[in-house]
Amino acid sequence: MSNSDHIIVVKNLHKHFGTIKAVDGVSIDIERGKVVVVIGPSGSGKSTLLRCINHLEEPTSGEIWIDGEKLTHATKQINEIRAEIGMVFQLFNLFPHLTAMENVTLAQRVVRHRSQAEAEQIAIEKLQRVGIPEKADSYPANLSGGQQQRVAIARALAMNPKIMLFDEPTSALDPEMIKEVLDVMMDLAQEGMTMVCVSHEMGFVRSAADEVIFMDFGKIVEHTTPDGLFNNPQHDRTKLFLSQILEH
Amino acid sequence: MAEQFQTVDPIITADALSSKRRLRDLPWWLFALFLIAIYVFFAISANEDYNAAFVFIKTGLIITIKTTLISYSIAIIFGLLAGLGRISKNVVINNIARLYVELIRGIPILVLIFFIALVGVPVLVNWLNDFGFWLSDNGVGFFGKLFTAVTNQDISMITRAIIALAVTYGAYLAEIFRAGIQSIVKGQMEAARSLGMSYGQSMRYVILPQAIRNVLPALGNDFVAMVKDSSLVSVLAVRDITQVARLYAGSTFRFREAYIVLAVMYLTMTVMLSLLVQLLERRLKTHE
Ligand SMILES: Nc1ncnc2c1ncn2[C@@H]1O[C@H](COP(=O)(O)OP(=O)(O)O)[C@@H](O)[C@H]1O
Ligand SMILES: [Mg+2]
Repeated sequence: MSNSDHIIVVKNLHKHFGTIKAVDGVSIDIERGKVVVVIGPSGSGKSTLLRCINHLEEPTSGEIWIDGEKLTHATKQINEIRAEIGMVFQLFNLFPHLTAMENVTLAQRVVRHRSQAEAEQIAIEKLQRVGIPEKADSYPANLSGGQQQRVAIARALAMNPKIMLFDEPTSALDPEMIKEVLDVMMDLAQEGMTMVCVSHEMGFVRSAADEVIFMDFGKIVEHTTPDGLFNNPQHDRTKLFLSQILEH
Repeated sequence: MAEQFQTVDPIITADALSSKRRLRDLPWWLFALFLIAIYVFFAISANEDYNAAFVFIKTGLIITIKTTLISYSIAIIFGLLAGLGRISKNVVINNIARLYVELIRGIPILVLIFFIALVGVPVLVNWLNDFGFWLSDNGVGFFGKLFTAVTNQDISMITRAIIALAVTYGAYLAEIFRAGIQSIVKGQMEAARSLGMSYGQSMRYVILPQAIRNVLPALGNDFVAMVKDSSLVSVLAVRDITQVARLYAGSTFRFREAYIVLAVMYLTMTVMLSLLVQLLERRLKTHE
């Protein structure tokens, strides 16, 4: 890639599951430091797109470039690139047999080869950043959903990723916990992290997103700005979808 | 049956019902077992014939315990490898693991013990020896010696019995490990991989610790089963408690004493171990 300011480049990506075309010809360029929010109805391929970006799903065809490097099938390269891309899941996926601290230090030690002391210091830093340093020794089962998700974000941040992917990070949370997670995400956005978020939190879209992508049936229907989305949606399907989610 | 329970004695008060339940739920079988054991222990200490049988049979106890522990430890390694093989996406590894598991589980353990100890081990050792001679003939005597150092005469029956039990139990444990690993939701592997951990690292640090915890009770139950199945090594004339009891009964014609003492020795071990497993299970549940 000559233009290295496009940290994520997706070219004509297809991902099929049998006859289902989960992602059906998607191309996007994402600039470093931008926050891109992906919206769209359930089953439209948002998760699959995100999971292709860090190769949790192997694309059926198409190209993905991360920071100037093309993703291949070589596992070593994939592992190295994944370490640069943090991912936050809808259901947190914390490791239940490890404390919050251990959750945050594990990959630092085995992937980044940091010493125990260094990993712990970074972990404390990240746990402070997401606002729960006091929960370092708690097991996930003893944390609320919002706290678990914040530990999950700290776990990803501790790897010093260049990119953060969020797949509906607040949709499994009770309403009163959504804000604490969104606040952390908002801070990250302000600090210049490149983020791709699947989220239907319109407040977050309004205040943090640089770009919005509306997907339907595996395709990008509209790629716009928050302003363009709310004030000037181009397609009927976008308008319909917006009216449905803004209703409540 | 269920209907009967509901209609019987409708006037019974809740209290009486629950105390009746409590009585019913007591482990009567355990009390009965205790009584039998106490009776036999009493007999062993008071009755000369039982005492003589016990003194003789207990000489096999070390062999029984040793056989069980070593076989089971090796079986855990075989089982873990085969279990990982069963879930591997590599077609060759997957099929080898599957073949091992299906082959072993389709053959009675007794037959396997005969086969592995009397056919499998000797044939394999012969092959290795022949290979060693071939190496020596072709000028690599140093490596050749590695393969000829051990011959069939050097491999005792107890070693063969241990190998046979380990290979057999490995196949059963493989299925336990496979199920345990598969019970860990996919999200755990994905979270680990998304942090840049390799498949092996994710297995080692994330999946296996959870899987092993989940299967500990099942592993414990199979250990109890192994204690009992270790008696099968007596067919190879390995002097475990079963073999020693047979010898004792055959030479003294005190069949009753020999086999009652033998049975109670197994029972004592298995019941105690089973209770330990149950305790462990309860521990794991409350700590979830
Ligand atoms: N592992 C899978 N196997 C089969 N079908 C899948 C798999 N993952 C996703 N799909 C299908 O792909 C489509 C897109 O799914 P997904 O990307 O999860 O959508 P979204 O995140 O927008 O709800 C859906 O029809 C879904 O059923
Ligand atoms: Mg989704």
